[in-house]
Amino acid sequence: MGNAPFEDRQNLKARKFLMWLFIISSFMMFAALTSGYIVYTAGNAARGLKIILPKAFQFSTLIIIASSFTMFLASKAARKLDYSKQNTYLWFTILLGLGFFANQFYCWSLLFNMGVPFAFNQNASQSFIYVFTGIHLTHILLGVGFVAYSLRSRRKNISQAHNLYRLEISSLFWHFIDILWIYLYVFLLLNQ
Amino acid sequence: MASTAIHDTAVLTHHDHGHEHGHHKETFITKYIFSQDHKMIAKQFLITGIIMAVIAMFLSVLFRLQLGWPDKNFPILETFLGKWAEGGRIRPDFYLALVTIHGTMMVFFVLTAGLSGTFSNLLIPLQLGARDMASPFLNMLSYWFFFTACMIMMGSFFVQTGPASAGWTIYPPLSAIPKAIPGSGLGMTLWLISMILFVASSLMGALNYISTVLNMRTKGMDMWRMPLTIWAFFLTAILGVLSFPVLVSGVVLLIFDRSFGTSFYLSDIVVQGEVLPNQGGSPILWQHLFWFLGHPEVYIVIMPALGITSEVIATNSRKPIFGYHAMVYSLIGITILSFIVWGHHMFITGMNPFLGGVFMITTLIIAVPSAVKTFNYLATLWRGNIRFTPAMLFAIGLVSFFISGGLTGIFLGNAALDINLHDTYFVVAHFHLVMGSAAIFGMLCGVYHWFPKMFGRLMDEKLGYLHFWLTFIGAYLVFFPMHFMGLDGVPRRYYAFTEFEFMKEWLTVNTFISWAAIISALAQVAFLWNFFYSIFYGKKSSQNPWESNTMEWTAPVEHLHGNWPGEIPTVYRWPYDYSKPGHDDDFIPQTVPFSQTMSSNLPHDFEGNAESERIQQEWDSKYAADKVEQGIN
Ligand code: HEM
Ligand SMILES: [Cu+2]
Repeated sequence: MGNAPFEDRQNLKARKFLMWLFIISSFMMFAALTSGYIVYTAGNAARGLKIILPKAFQFSTLIIIASSFTMFLASKAARKLDYSKQNTYLWFTILLGLGFFANQFYCWSLLFNMGVPFAFNQNASQSFIYVFTGIHLTHILLGVGFVAYSLRSRRKNISQAHNLYRLEISSLFWHFIDILWIYLYVFLLLNQ
Repeated sequence: MASTAIHDTAVLTHHDHGHEHGHHKETFITKYIFSQDHKMIAKQFLITGIIMAVIAMFLSVLFRLQLGWPDKNFPILETFLGKWAEGGRIRPDFYLALVTIHGTMMVFFVLTAGLSGTFSNLLIPLQLGARDMASPFLNMLSYWFFFTACMIMMGSFFVQTGPASAGWTIYPPLSAIPKAIPGSGLGMTLWLISMILFVASSLMGALNYISTVLNMRTKGMDMWRMPLTIWAFFLTAILGVLSFPVLVSGVVLLIFDRSFGTSFYLSDIVVQGEVLPNQGGSPILWQHLFWFLGHPEVYIVIMPALGITSEVIATNSRKPIFGYHAMVYSLIGITILSFIVWGHHMFITGMNPFLGGVFMITTLIIAVPSAVKTFNYLATLWRGNIRFTPAMLFAIGLVSFFISGGLTGIFLGNAALDINLHDTYFVVAHFHLVMGSAAIFGMLCGVYHWFPKMFGRLMDEKLGYLHFWLTFIGAYLVFFPMHFMGLDGVPRRYYAFTEFEFMKEWLTVNTFISWAAIISALAQVAFLWNFFYSIFYGKKSSQNPWESNTMEWTAPVEHLHGNWPGEIPTVYRWPYDYSKPGHDDDFIPQTVPFSQTMSSNLPHDFEGNAESERIQQEWDSKYAADKVEQGIN
């Protein structure tokens, strides 16, 4: 272990950095979709959202902000070595995440009933709403997976460094999808 | 392998899979199949890439048969292609499938995964002094996603309606309507699935490369001491992370159009007298999304090849690379600029002429860093002490192709000219020289050069020379005449242009091109034999067969998980100290400290460290006195 100071034995720093890069690539995907929306919509005056978004989306926004908060509390508990609290808050986060998921579905049904379907819509700007939210929901599922992965199980005894590492990457991702939702929502609001 | 003892040290310093498996007990499966060792993964990428290249090359020979001899029957084709070559002639829809899959495989599977996957994996840890990648597990997944993507793409040859046929750029509406042509059915769906897996694989790879370069360099290896190979792989990975997700977005919308009844790309379409319900979409949207990836993608293909070439040219000219900093800044310039030129693929989509002008200017600007790199290669070769190894020949070949193909890019970049040249054989000639041939030569160059590092043996030189000359001459004979066809207006992707009066005169040229293609394809047998034979029976290599400076040659020939037994060497200098005046050898590896090379140190080597400069000055004056004493002036 001659060069110990130069070798982080588990490469945790390098692996944490992977999450940042993943976030960048995933952001690029949404940047492409929203740019695609702009390019498409600019092409013709008949295009554009042309609706007022369902109010229920605001509720989604509240849920996801709350979930970011519980995620933050979980990290705080973990740093204080309070593992049962850590798990409780992580479970809250997961539940809120699933709640967000359900509420987005509810919003879709509202949209559909407003006469804004996903398919066979001659105005693809409206279909884009479903694409934005849908692909965001796949990220929520992934995020729930990450949060579940950072639950501290009683059976496996992992080190505190590792526990913090898991928490850090999942909270990075979780806060990212929170901000991502706000970006998408604001983007849609500005275009309605 | 006498590696048990060594393994223990490797495990001590490098135990990064805290869970599931320890690599103390390696089985066949963990060593050769689900390996997490970057060197093994590099070999997996290389061999898969070579197999894909052979298949894709075979496809091109098939469609060259059609183009060279449009009126002839080849009964043998019917024997093994069945209904796709009824009566011994390739059917038009199968012809389209052939060009599509040829392009897709070559661009993505061979020149992206095969090239970056092999050499980034092999060299990033070895040249930077790291035990492995940031996440070896992700690295393994990256290979297996790639492998699955290859299998699915190959699988599309075995479905009733054949593989995707809308060209490697799969423009809608053709690709978006399953009923449009046979190839837009199941084959297209498989293409899309395969491509999503491929993008996932590339991203996993790229994430790892970037994180490893930024976080895991050994002591002394600051960014400005990295070999140009690493700079190239690093910037390539950045391009990938920023552009591949955009392709995913485009593909997702395409999937919705194909299977869920949306109309992002579709409007006003009548298929067999029936108006489709999809209205209001814009096929141009796809082109924007595709080329926003597509143009960076061509640089994802060429930059690693350029990096490999820099390394091989410097080593085999026995000279420092000319303009190291300029080389790095050109790569950075290319990386940034390649995101703002995509419109040059779309000049004839009816874009606003002002916008066309903007894309024209950015396109011409990107030619500048490309030219800087070319001149630097030539300046490095200039009056070098050149060793013509096969790798060196391929590197020089790359420079040649990059020049002759790059020049035509400047013509194409002018919107006014491109309106005539777009979608003709002129474009085919341009990108096969600048991308196809140049990048393949870079890849082959890398294979010849790092074969000893990968397999501990040498490839045969004579076969290497034969391979080089046949391929080099063959490639020019195939692609050069295409310029003239393109100038005459012969369009690309036509099945039998003998049907058109004005193109008939090009038939003899096409027959000639097809012969040249067949001979160049046969020349690859020399390579394949050499490669696979040498893996098992080649001459045993020494540790540093090319007398090179970079760190990978300080690791033992015998591979071990963790790369170096014991401590990782420290780096003291840049990688291009070749033929340094005053030193007795014509190379000084990066791991040699300045204290061991007092006779050749220069003031700027110390980067302003006063203490070292003082020691050096003392030594210099003492040495000068000795010199006078011995009468050596
Ligand atoms: C010297 C700088 C270059 C310039 C100015 C340039 C310009 C262009 C232009 C304007 C086109 C569009 C032609 C058309 O479709 O009408 C084009 C096509 C293409 N270029 Fe380049 N190019 C350059 C270098 C490269 C490099 C380095 C590569 C790859 C390594 C490359 C690969 C391609 C490919 C693959 C296409 C055709 C894509 C297709 O339509 O299938 N080019 N180039
Ligand atoms: Cu381009």
